[in-house]
Amino acid sequence: MNRSLHPPKIASTPLLVSLNIQRRVIGALVMREILDRWGRHNIGFLWLFFEPMIFTLAVAALWSFSKMGHGSTIPIVAFALTGYSAVLLWRNMPNRCVRAVQPNHTLMHHRNIKLMDIYGARLLLEASGATISFMLLSLLFIGMGWMKLPEDTLKVVFGWLLLAWFGCSLAILIGSLSERFEIVHILWHPISYILFPLSGAAFAVSALPEKAQQAVLLLPMVHGVELIREGYFGSQYHAHYDIAYMAGVTLVMTLFGMAQLRYVSRHIVA
Amino acid sequence: MIELVNVTKRYPVKGGERTILDGINLRVRPGEKLGILGRNGAGKSTLVRILSGGERPSAGRVIRNMSVSWPIALSSAFHNHLTGLDNVRLICRVYGADFENKLEFVREFSELGIYLREEIVTYSAGMRARLAFAISMIIEFDCYLIDEVVAVGDSRFHEKCQHELFERRKERGKVIVSHDPNFIRKYCDDVIVLADGKLHEFSSVEEGYEFYDRHMKL
Repeated sequence: MNRSLHPPKIASTPLLVSLNIQRRVIGALVMREILDRWGRHNIGFLWLFFEPMIFTLAVAALWSFSKMGHGSTIPIVAFALTGYSAVLLWRNMPNRCVRAVQPNHTLMHHRNIKLMDIYGARLLLEASGATISFMLLSLLFIGMGWMKLPEDTLKVVFGWLLLAWFGCSLAILIGSLSERFEIVHILWHPISYILFPLSGAAFAVSALPEKAQQAVLLLPMVHGVELIREGYFGSQYHAHYDIAYMAGVTLVMTLFGMAQLRYVSRHIVA
Repeated sequence: MIELVNVTKRYPVKGGERTILDGINLRVRPGEKLGILGRNGAGKSTLVRILSGGERPSAGRVIRNMSVSWPIALSSAFHNHLTGLDNVRLICRVYGADFENKLEFVREFSELGIYLREEIVTYSAGMRARLAFAISMIIEFDCYLIDEVVAVGDSRFHEKCQHELFERRKERGKVIVSHDPNFIRKYCDDVIVLADGKLHEFSSVEEGYEFYDRHMKL
């Protein structure tokens, strides 16, 4: 028996094959996630967007009845829809990725399933839920005459995609850090609560004093929300945003997130 | 061929790290039946998980030129809050297999009947083991990793498993962890012994056992 070692050949999988495997795995995990979260009872996977819709409707109703001032002439319902939907988009993704390894670690016995696939499936679901909820409620509100069609739909889509990217990078970063440090898992929830009122959901940046504007514009998601509102209400809304700044910060976060993800993947105990 | 090159695995423990595998080199040839011996905690299961790819080594390389199974009959590789059927479907999706065909086999082999539609949390240990083994047999691999599979189910089911794994898949490679010397003698061409993080190889199974017995007495 000879087990002596020659310089080994590295077996590699062509990129297209790998992509196909990953597509299949993420698809399988999405189905599993849907069954695991909502099961086959009552409306099943429709909760995916019903839940964010209920949240958004409740917030819109609350803000309308309390006649909350937000510093612009836009109807409060439209303001709440654009603002709160954006929060759901960037906040739910990290929420689902925090401590995501434990409930999934049994799947790690299957070599094709990587941590990135688990995050990928969860991100895809969260993003779809928030997006479908935003679209359905927009259609409803427009149909009811509570708001007009977006003035520049493409700008809305662009702002939404930027926010989704920001949410993904934040999710991967916070998610993988939470596997390494318990404290991240504990602190993320209060932090996300504090970030909500600061995120631009409940105010127009132009209504703030200049010092406050500068401070608040340090937060990347504010730029995304402002961009979405400019797309919706362009002529009635004076938006403040810097796409390059938001993209830059998000890019750096993506990079750090990927590095953490790689570290955690290497140290997972199946 | 599966090849481990200078593979080291360390786990964090309180106040530092513990080295379980220390620069191990190993080749598993196509069709080879390899037994792994070692005391409790010697790193046998760790080695199996590294071969399967479920865990990555802390240092060194793993090269796989053939397909390798997940550790067979491991009921923990399945999801507790899904039904038996959902787990079959999940595995078929992940490995790109046709669900309808495979389901027939699982139904027949596991003998779980209507319980396939129930969540796995409601299963007894024996039912879990039956499902786990049946699912392990729906995807074909060049090499199967077997971590203490012999204790599965009652003796009749046990025989069915042996038949499925060692008769029908006689020509496939197998890496077997077991404390049962007769089992290893019966099915393995080679054995290795893990001790103190190092791997020991032998020219015959009997030599391996001699070493193992001596080492156990130390």
